[in-house]
Amino acid sequence: MPKVTIDNITIDVAPGTTILNAARMIGENVPPAMCYYSKLKGSGGKCRVCLVKVTKSSEQNPRGMPKLVASCCTQIADGMVVENVTSPEVIEARKGVVELLLINHPLDCPVCDQAGECHLQDLSYEHGAATTRYDFGRRTFDKIDIGPYIQLHMTRCILCYRCVYVADQLTNERRHGIINRGDAAEISTYIQNVIDNDFSGNVIDVCPVGALTDKTFRFKSRVWFTKPMNAHRNCDKCSGKVTLWFQGEEVLRVTGRKDNYGEVDEFICNTCRFETKQKSDWVIEGPRRIDTHSVIAQNHLPYELDVVHPQIEAAQ
Amino acid sequence: MSRLKILTEHINKPEITGIEGYIKNGGYRSVEKALKKMQPDEVTEEVKKSGLRGRGGAGFPTGMKWSFIFKGSDKPRYLLCNADESEPGTFKDRLLMEKIPHLLVEGMIVSSFALGVRTAYIYIRGEYMYIMHILQQAIDEAYAKGYLGENVLGSSYSLDLHVHPGGGAYICGEETALIESLEGKRGNPRIKPPFPAVEGLWGCPTIVNNVETICKVPFIINEGGEAYAKIGIGASTGTKLISACGNINKPGVYEIELGVPVEEFIYSDEYCGGIKGGKQLKALVPGGSSVPILPQRLITTTAKGEPRLMSYESLADGGFATGSMLGSGGFIVFDEDQCVVRNTWNFSRFYHHESCGQCSPCREGTGWMEKILHRLEHGHGRMEDIDLLWDVQRKIEGNTICPFGDAAAWPVAAAIRHFRDEFEWHVLQPQEATRRNYGMGRSAEPIEQVTV
Ligand SMILES: Cc1cc2nc3c(=O)[nH]c(=O)nc-3n(C[C@H](O)[C@H](O)[C@H](O)COP(=O)(O)O)c2cc1C
Ligand code: SF4
Ligand code: SF4
Ligand code: FES
Repeated sequence: MPKVTIDNITIDVAPGTTILNAARMIGENVPPAMCYYSKLKGSGGKCRVCLVKVTKSSEQNPRGMPKLVASCCTQIADGMVVENVTSPEVIEARKGVVELLLINHPLDCPVCDQAGECHLQDLSYEHGAATTRYDFGRRTFDKIDIGPYIQLHMTRCILCYRCVYVADQLTNERRHGIINRGDAAEISTYIQNVIDNDFSGNVIDVCPVGALTDKTFRFKSRVWFTKPMNAHRNCDKCSGKVTLWFQGEEVLRVTGRKDNYGEVDEFICNTCRFETKQKSDWVIEGPRRIDTHSVIAQNHLPYELDVVHPQIEAAQ
Repeated sequence: MSRLKILTEHINKPEITGIEGYIKNGGYRSVEKALKKMQPDEVTEEVKKSGLRGRGGAGFPTGMKWSFIFKGSDKPRYLLCNADESEPGTFKDRLLMEKIPHLLVEGMIVSSFALGVRTAYIYIRGEYMYIMHILQQAIDEAYAKGYLGENVLGSSYSLDLHVHPGGGAYICGEETALIESLEGKRGNPRIKPPFPAVEGLWGCPTIVNNVETICKVPFIINEGGEAYAKIGIGASTGTKLISACGNINKPGVYEIELGVPVEEFIYSDEYCGGIKGGKQLKALVPGGSSVPILPQRLITTTAKGEPRLMSYESLADGGFATGSMLGSGGFIVFDEDQCVVRNTWNFSRFYHHESCGQCSPCREGTGWMEKILHRLEHGHGRMEDIDLLWDVQRKIEGNTICPFGDAAAWPVAAAIRHFRDEFEWHVLQPQEATRRNYGMGRSAEPIEQVTV
């Protein structure tokens, strides 16, 4: 099997593995990913926070790559040497990308339902500067209700395209997409349209920020005050395996089960997510382990993390 | 007309637009020759020998690109002609398509034959709708004469050629965005690899070439690759169309033999005819809005003191520090009365408007640069803005999906690198800067400025 070395740790991985997935297999110094989602085909390449430096392309080609590359969509080659956190150039470029991602972001975390489990929040905490150099007006949009369950708050969107891939790959008819160009680009149904499909709710789980939120949970609580429990039910549409978020005995929110990269193990249907919110609907399995680096872990006992083995897509 | 013209020799003859007139002037000979006397690989071989390089901007050797087309599957292959020409300052393909459309049709037939292509497309920018009609007419005539369609000229080779309008976005000129757009999707560039030569249009092997590149092929086949390679200088073989504009006496499109000194190109009456009103030359953008701007001291001579020539190598001599690029041949001349800050702001406005918005550095960075430049130009700038601008362009360059990010960053970087004094003056004299322009500044000074 080809060998790749990332930040001085060498690992054997299958041909066709991306640098990001190889790093996830090593499990240390994993580049962040705001747009790549292992379960969504074609995702990745857009946010550019996963940039790394390839200092040796392969055994045959000892030269490095001239530019930093997106680790989520660059495949490894035997003998490749990659620098992630060991490269000051990578850290600086990543800091730059985070700064750019934030210039038009409203930073309305105090009133955002994603706060506490937001990847942009985590990323800014790690890489962002405490102040901004951007002193122009920020791009804003009106909030849009897309159906009874989902609200689109475009102002917070980072255009990762994940929700578009979910709609393409999980539902039989995509009703929303991206319109306009550049920093005027937006997620939209174009003519206000209801996204109505059994699996549409998954756009909420894949959204790395608070742009797509669960209306049934809106302003009910801060996520870090709620207690996550794994639970399941018999469902004829999906696996029925979810995480319930409790406040006392009340189920405030239902989501897919997310791993330490914020990706759900299995996509769940809208009935499980929005319509079965009684504790009695569910068989409770036990507490959900939360990634300790996340803000929402603060109010919970530190659990040991589930070790996640990323699914590696075959070489394309 | 003292020099050799490959593309434009007959361009001013009124009858050349129609197929009869075109044939009368030697048109379609290369189709006869290729189909009747040559194997497809021999055509590619001639193009390789000619040293022809892509005229869309990057200057990639065309023969080599063709040899990359994946032949290991039975999928159809496609040839796409990139006629999206939208770079500010570049207006050369338009002349060819408008005046001598059959040259492009002829080039497409021979190139398609070389590549084993059965269906080819010309993707033309939507604003050139009237030219699309001219091309469609030429294609119809070529079908009627048996140059297109089933069994071209009675051979076993068949080809269909379509012309397709773009939706009006500069980014659709990037080859993978062009492919997406042609497939009927939003024109977002694709992540490479896979490269189009392996997986392009509808997942099939595809070659994308610029209009001018394709139009060079008939000459190469008629006269031979070696004959073409003798024209030009070094690795810059053949001729190049330059669309010249700005403060010159004779703006227009010129076909030059590569290697003409820049000084001659600007000042001789055969070409630009000198600076309008006898003013001083201040700056030059030699290859379209995406390439670095040069200050006067680096235009006619390189940093090494050699004469600067119109060639890929000479224009790039000195790298980013003291050179630029031939790019797509959009030659923009600035005289002493032009404002570099204003021009940089204008370019950045274009890139802000045209970014597809797919990747974050370009989507967010182009808007930020435009806003800072607007502020500087309009007398509200601060000294820190200049370094901030430098830093923002650096955060974009090299970190994006497609070269658009670089194209947006380079003009800003070069303007600050060579004209920092002019930016500073805008900050220090905000009132005055809104009333008058800075003038020559240090553009003509022979000393090397400290780069940032
Ligand atoms: C943002 C962007 C815009 C481009 N626009 C054009 C264009 O309008 N016409 C063109 O021929 N090439 C354009 N290109 C270059 C193409 O991607 C491609 O390299 C070219 O068409 C290849 O043809 P050539 O090898 O014959 O030059 C553009 C590239 C970028 C990144
Ligand atoms: S709404 Fe969320 S998931 Fe969709 S593109 Fe925006 S940030 Fe990504
Ligand atoms: S660099 Fe700009 S134009 Fe190119 S893909 Fe990224 S956002 Fe789109
Ligand atoms: S995760 Fe790689 S570019 Fe977004």
